[in-house]
Amino acid sequence: MSAVVFARHAMTPAERLRDAGWVAFVGLILGIPLVGLTTVDVGGRLGVETRFGLLVAAVAAVFAGRLLLRWSIDQARNRKLARDQASTATAADRAHGAQKVVTVLGWVALGASIALPIFYSDNRYVVDTATTVLIYVMLGWGLNVVVGLAGLLDLGYVAFYAVGAYSYALLSTQFGWSFWEALPVSGALAATFGILLGYPILRLRGDYLAIVTLGFGEIIRIILVNWTEFSGGPNGISSIPRPSFFGLEFTRSAPEGSQTFAGFFGLDFSPMHRLIFLYYLILVLALLTHAFVSRLRKLPVGRAWEALREDEIACKAMGMNTTNIKLSAFAIGAMLGGFAGVFFAARQGFISPESFVFTESAIILAIVVLGGMGSQMGVVLAATLLVLIPEFGRNFAEYRMLLFGLAMVLIMVWKPGGLLAHREPTLRLNPLGKAASNKEAA
Amino acid sequence: MAYALQQLINGLTLGAMYGLIAIGYTMVYGIIGMINFAHGDIFMVSAFIAVTAFTILAAADVTSIPLALTFVLIVSIFFTSAYGWAVERTAYRPLRGSTRLAPLISAIGMSIFLQNAVQLTQGARVKPIPPVLEGGVVLWDAPGFTVQIGWSQMLIIVTTVVLMLAFTWMITQTPFGRQQRACEQDRTMASLLGVNVDRTISFTFMLGAALAAVAGVMVTVYYGVVDFFIGFLAGIKAFTAAVLGGIGSLPGAMLGGLLIGLIESFWAAYLWAEYKDVATFGILCLVLMLRPSGLLGRPEVEKV
Repeated sequence: MSAVVFARHAMTPAERLRDAGWVAFVGLILGIPLVGLTTVDVGGRLGVETRFGLLVAAVAAVFAGRLLLRWSIDQARNRKLARDQASTATAADRAHGAQKVVTVLGWVALGASIALPIFYSDNRYVVDTATTVLIYVMLGWGLNVVVGLAGLLDLGYVAFYAVGAYSYALLSTQFGWSFWEALPVSGALAATFGILLGYPILRLRGDYLAIVTLGFGEIIRIILVNWTEFSGGPNGISSIPRPSFFGLEFTRSAPEGSQTFAGFFGLDFSPMHRLIFLYYLILVLALLTHAFVSRLRKLPVGRAWEALREDEIACKAMGMNTTNIKLSAFAIGAMLGGFAGVFFAARQGFISPESFVFTESAIILAIVVLGGMGSQMGVVLAATLLVLIPEFGRNFAEYRMLLFGLAMVLIMVWKPGGLLAHREPTLRLNPLGKAASNKEAA
Repeated sequence: MAYALQQLINGLTLGAMYGLIAIGYTMVYGIIGMINFAHGDIFMVSAFIAVTAFTILAAADVTSIPLALTFVLIVSIFFTSAYGWAVERTAYRPLRGSTRLAPLISAIGMSIFLQNAVQLTQGARVKPIPPVLEGGVVLWDAPGFTVQIGWSQMLIIVTTVVLMLAFTWMITQTPFGRQQRACEQDRTMASLLGVNVDRTISFTFMLGAALAAVAGVMVTVYYGVVDFFIGFLAGIKAFTAAVLGGIGSLPGAMLGGLLIGLIESFWAAYLWAEYKDVATFGILCLVLMLRPSGLLGRPEVEKV
């Protein structure tokens, strides 16, 4: 902690009012064209309708909101200042403590996710939502390899998700492959796409790379929409077979010569069995992804990714082959996205290009960045948050995406480094260096 | 031949609009190095303001077209610049100096927010306005096909050319332009030399929004329909144009916009219309592979 404490003079009530008044004035200007006025259909032509009551209410809300926000920010800041001065713990201790909390949180989250279907075994909605959260966690972990570890900005990640989903859908509906046969093949296909895309463009700098990946995502989507003979066009592919539990189907009655899951275990048939099975399936896939990525981070290739993120020129000077390192990150990220896509197709039983729009890429990227780039636990936190915000918003359905966008902005402004900022290299040469860096980081 | 000429005119019109939006991207990128993802939605907001303004004028029985256009342009530019300013102030300024990705995410959030705010307050339906400028000049009455340049097309091209000239003058000759370029080169040094960096950046955002507002009015006049989703595709195309021309370069943005407009209209006319976006992005990839800094961009020299 720095020794200098900046004295902040407290705002007088008059200053607070003036500040809020100014914000309300801006709100008024912004509100006039969108809130105060609207065009409505009057007998086949547009007519203007004024809503000045609503506008006044909105401006008043902005005024009050600004007063409250400013006041609570000041309060929080003072409290933090007081706490910082009172506590004798060093920054290193605190960072270490935070790390411990995250580890404990991780185990708690794991326990909770294993136990969840037991407690909610008849609540279809909860299990379904939890499955969605896990899909995003897995996608987030996959993209984390590309963005968080290797530092390559990928705005078209959803393309690999789509490749995985469509590979499984086509392999299973056209050639009758099972989920487990198609899973590795689809992952490999997605990785191949990653390499095909990556090879020509990886020498581009940051934002050029971002727009090309964005373009690639759009190209894949447009092809899926328009190449009807191949992908079913906008109608997508339906009746994709569901995965079975070691050959046991989750249906009411089994086809000739096989058994159903319920029949084999002597249970009454329940559609929840499949949902819970799918939930555990994605949980296992996500945990495997986690284990895989955590191992990779400690291998030379993982360290190379982190080095590349920190300083590309230094890496080149050390004689590292930056193209191959970037390609490996791209391919592995794509493969993980492909796996998630296979699961998605198998779970939905129906896919269409609608599911693979740019917003989806943006949400996955937001999960990685909001969570704190490179932090595995942060991805879990952010994925849970971003899936649950729209779900909670269902009560006032039309506002949910509005709240979602607002939340993205607010979280970013509140914590620019992400919820769990983590930019520490995974490995260090010696423990002394680690202690020193902790101090710097905090 | 006549058909090709017509496509050339259409492509130039489309390209001029992309170019106007692309300037907003390229200026913001030049000065703070971030992709302003909400810019396309600012453009969309301006189109909605234009629709409202046109409807008010129609209700007030204003029949003079130049008067109406001037009024709508002024109103739209004023409110849209306010939006540009507010977006920068709330979503980007607090994040200045943090990681490169933080403002990008908050920009994506802002884009989602604006889209939904407009959808909620103005309705999700497509808004049609009665045609403002009809007819045009017949350039060539070839057998079987008439080449025509519409008044609205002429308006768009002339406005764009005038704005580009004014803009180039402003950036190269006026004190503001000098400050803007100074901030682009070195923000710390500029602030040491007495340039108000915050104000310059705010003003850059307002200028970008104002140009997007002009494009928004033009789109409303040209197509006559507006919906809350037009910002996304226009934004992506304009950003592609900015990158194609070399991001940070103003003439590059215009050139990129024109190229994308031409590629799109020719591709749609002669090949497969449904794959025109694929062509745009494909050509972008090709150009970037050959010239990694865009057509007019200077290659960035990285020093250690």
